[in-house]
Amino acid sequence: MNNSNLSIAHSESDLNGKQKIGLALVGIGLLALLIAWAGAGASAPLAFLLVAFFGFAIGGLLFAHASYQDKIPGIKNNGVYHKSISARGIIAWILAILITGFYICLYWFPAYIEGLIRMHDPLSQVLRNKPADQWFTYGTFYTVAVLIMGIKFIYKYRHNTYQIIRTISVMCFQLLLAYLLPAFLATMNQPEAYFTYFWPLDSYALRPEWFGWNDPASVGMIGYIIIISGILLPFVVTPILTYLYGKRWYCSWVCGCGGLAETAGDPFRQLSDKSLTAWKIERWMIYAVLVAITLLTILLWVNHQTHNELLGSITEPYKKTYGFLIASMFSGVIGVGFYPIMGSRVWCRFGCPMAALLGLQQKFFSRFRITANGGQCISCGNCSTYCEMGIDVRAYAQRGQDIVRASCVGCGICAAVCPRGVLRLENAADDVNNRTKDIRTMHISKEGISIPM
Amino acid sequence: MHIAIIGNGISGVTAARFIRKLSDHKITIISAETEYFFSRTALMYIYMGHMRFKDTQPYEPWFWEKNRIDLVKDYVNNIDFNAKKLEFQSGSALSYDKLILATGSDSNKFGWPGQDLDGVHGLYSYQDLEAMERCSKGLKRAVIVGGGLIGIEMAEMFHSRNIPVTFLVRENSYWSNVLPKEESNIINKHIKENHIDLRLETELKEILPDANGKVRAVITNKGEEIACGFVGLTAGVHPNISFLKNTTLETHRGILVDNFLKTNIKDVYAIGDCAQIRTPKPGRRPVEAIWYTGRMMGETVAYNICGHPTEYDPGIWFNSAKFFDIEYQVYGYVPAEMPDEMETIYWAHPDGRKSIRLNFDKKEKHILGFNLMGVRYRHEVCEKWLREKTSIETVLQNLGMANFDPEFYEEYESEVIDIYNKKTNSNIALKRKRGLKGIFSFLKSNG
Ligand SMILES: Cc1cc2nc3c(=O)[nH]c(=O)nc-3n(C[C@H](O)[C@H](O)[C@H](O)COP(=O)(O)OP(=O)(O)OC[C@H]3O[C@@H](n4cnc5c(N)ncnc54)[C@H](O)[C@@H]3O)c2cc1C
Ligand code: SF4
Repeated sequence: MNNSNLSIAHSESDLNGKQKIGLALVGIGLLALLIAWAGAGASAPLAFLLVAFFGFAIGGLLFAHASYQDKIPGIKNNGVYHKSISARGIIAWILAILITGFYICLYWFPAYIEGLIRMHDPLSQVLRNKPADQWFTYGTFYTVAVLIMGIKFIYKYRHNTYQIIRTISVMCFQLLLAYLLPAFLATMNQPEAYFTYFWPLDSYALRPEWFGWNDPASVGMIGYIIIISGILLPFVVTPILTYLYGKRWYCSWVCGCGGLAETAGDPFRQLSDKSLTAWKIERWMIYAVLVAITLLTILLWVNHQTHNELLGSITEPYKKTYGFLIASMFSGVIGVGFYPIMGSRVWCRFGCPMAALLGLQQKFFSRFRITANGGQCISCGNCSTYCEMGIDVRAYAQRGQDIVRASCVGCGICAAVCPRGVLRLENAADDVNNRTKDIRTMHISKEGISIPM
Repeated sequence: MHIAIIGNGISGVTAARFIRKLSDHKITIISAETEYFFSRTALMYIYMGHMRFKDTQPYEPWFWEKNRIDLVKDYVNNIDFNAKKLEFQSGSALSYDKLILATGSDSNKFGWPGQDLDGVHGLYSYQDLEAMERCSKGLKRAVIVGGGLIGIEMAEMFHSRNIPVTFLVRENSYWSNVLPKEESNIINKHIKENHIDLRLETELKEILPDANGKVRAVITNKGEEIACGFVGLTAGVHPNISFLKNTTLETHRGILVDNFLKTNIKDVYAIGDCAQIRTPKPGRRPVEAIWYTGRMMGETVAYNICGHPTEYDPGIWFNSAKFFDIEYQVYGYVPAEMPDEMETIYWAHPDGRKSIRLNFDKKEKHILGFNLMGVRYRHEVCEKWLREKTSIETVLQNLGMANFDPEFYEEYESEVIDIYNKKTNSNIALKRKRGLKGIFSFLKSNG
């Protein structure tokens, strides 16, 4: 009799030895963070930084290794809905409160995370030649989360080349363009530009008050680069790439918000709401935000050109409200803080104006779609369950209808989890205008039996 | 007109949906199993924690009201075909003008001693799943009897919870009455590498109770006693028609229907697992208890009831499954034993978890079937080749068109061609790689 399967864990109470050590190390890292947060971070920054970093890195990687390496490659979702952390249990709520609290401090009460910020001074000195501030601290947490959880993700999906390549891509963009490059620019006394974020996601990108607009030369070469890329990226590069590959080129290959959602957020993807009601709310909200940021940008320019004579009085409060509600509350506090409760893409789905814009392009003018493989769907629901954007993929697949949805970020997980090989992400120029028309499952129609193609 | 449908599975629900699309008839669906339609094929994923029960329901609760489909949760004890009336367990009754029987299947039990003990269950209904869940706590070993699709799913379910499994398979290789030898072997190995205690050529003889009437052990035909706390009976299913015995309805294994899915009684139809086609199309079986045929029958019966007489034609055979981590797809004719007039090309990956098989006619050289393990192929493309009896060489040259694996996956089509070239001393080459480009024009082209 072979009992070796007993060693494979299926729930928290059933972890193997290596997983336990991994979790213990993560626990030590977390403890170091909490003590540093409480204030001790200022007294021995380097020690706390190292303990926290190595605790998370080594512990996280050991845990990932122990969880997946000895298993046969394939979909590893056993027990997702049995575990407290991924099924909105008590651990999920604690985590949500912790992250939400951190975001609130970060945006409005940085003094309360002074310990955490000071802890990052040594790193900031090395990378940027100056002491840390809350945004550097945040960027470090963010990047480390994307990297460690990205590696875990790659272990988990190591049979799936699409997932591996895509994840390496988001990890590189986060580390190089959204973390190291801005830090490097800082050491050169240049503005810290984030080239992976642009209008309309970066609401500052096209604002007239950004100092470079009036006089790019004063900012030097980088001023011109920022302005030119700030215009080219949203208005030229984006439509072309979205036409070719769908919005996934950005949302699940480049974007930092997407990067965090795809890595640290992966354990929570099943929590997105799949109801029709949620879809209705989504369509209202996301386009409202796109309109809001467009109006704001226009207003700011009108104001700027008329020296505040036109509409000057409403612009300032409007700007402040947008910054508070959308940029801070929505994308940060709710967007990430609520991962363990509402899933990993709440911001991307309901709030991101960039996603709204890309979605419109994807819906109406793109070669991208998810093809349903004829009649093979058994309506099991795995695809819908694991869609982080809350798309009811099954509703299309079981009718043999291809999926063309504005919100789809092309993560490819639906195709990965489908047990019958029904879904495939693909691009083709042949039928851009009727991607959704063919319903191929059924062999019967009023005219008789046929396969409409 | 009032149409009553007994059974809220894929067959009954598809029928109701299409009747609603085609007409304004009053529709009532009756089922004793669950309030709403759920996907039986996903039962395993609930147990394994991939999904909650509610995630397996393809339609939200509002769907039924919006589409004016009445749902009744009750058991039909008896049908008065003369008075056109259903009699429920609860005591109430319901009249109909037309009746669709879509009652599904029931697990086979072959009269084994002890088959009705506490802790012995099939896996078909939601109640079976609840029973499995109840029995799983503290379970030390499960024995599964019957090497088909449901048996292996049950093995995977227990395995996901680290419950040791002994899997009794009567044949000398897993599912060998359906899978060709090589594919069957792939699965044998895969079952074992998942640490399932696979016993080939082993049958159940007897199930032994403990003092409380609960399962304690099984005895195999080889005389071995295996201690266990659960016995899964997964040796196939049969049409669930016992409550229809001794009526004027003609039945054999299932409810007998003609090609328009009509039974011998006027205004009564039968579809899905419970139906038995009197004269099946060539190459098809009279009872095909699978999801896809249920869906197609559901649609066909709707057309027939709504005044568009349509013969049931399931088209070219296809099916799919997943054995632990190995996906399986089949299109066309792939028998377990190769007939004389058939030739085959078989490619297998060295990792032992992927294979591609193409069957073709020895004399006419046209394609007959595709069998895939761990590789996905495109349904419509394979179907068109099969329907048009495309020559094997044309198929091979364009084989990339059929590949449905995700982007960046390795493509094995040229290796398949190499095998063909060696075997037939030919020299053909792959003309197309994987991808959607060109597929629309291929699918729309005639001939
Ligand atoms: C675990 C499992 C996995 C499967 N996987 C696959 C797969 O991967 N691919 C595939 O093709 N097929 C698969 N199948 C087979 C497939 O699920 C069935 O063929 C299909 O569900 C049959 O649908 P149906 O509508 O005919 O019947 P059912 O789904 O069985 O529906 C019949 C309903 O009628 C109810 N009923 C019956 N009699 C009465 C009565 N007298 N009064 C009231 N209600 C009644 C039953 O309770 C039941 O709810 C699987 C089956 C199981 C059990
Ligand atoms: S996961 Fe696959 S089989 Fe299941 S509902 Fe989605 S497309 Fe259909």
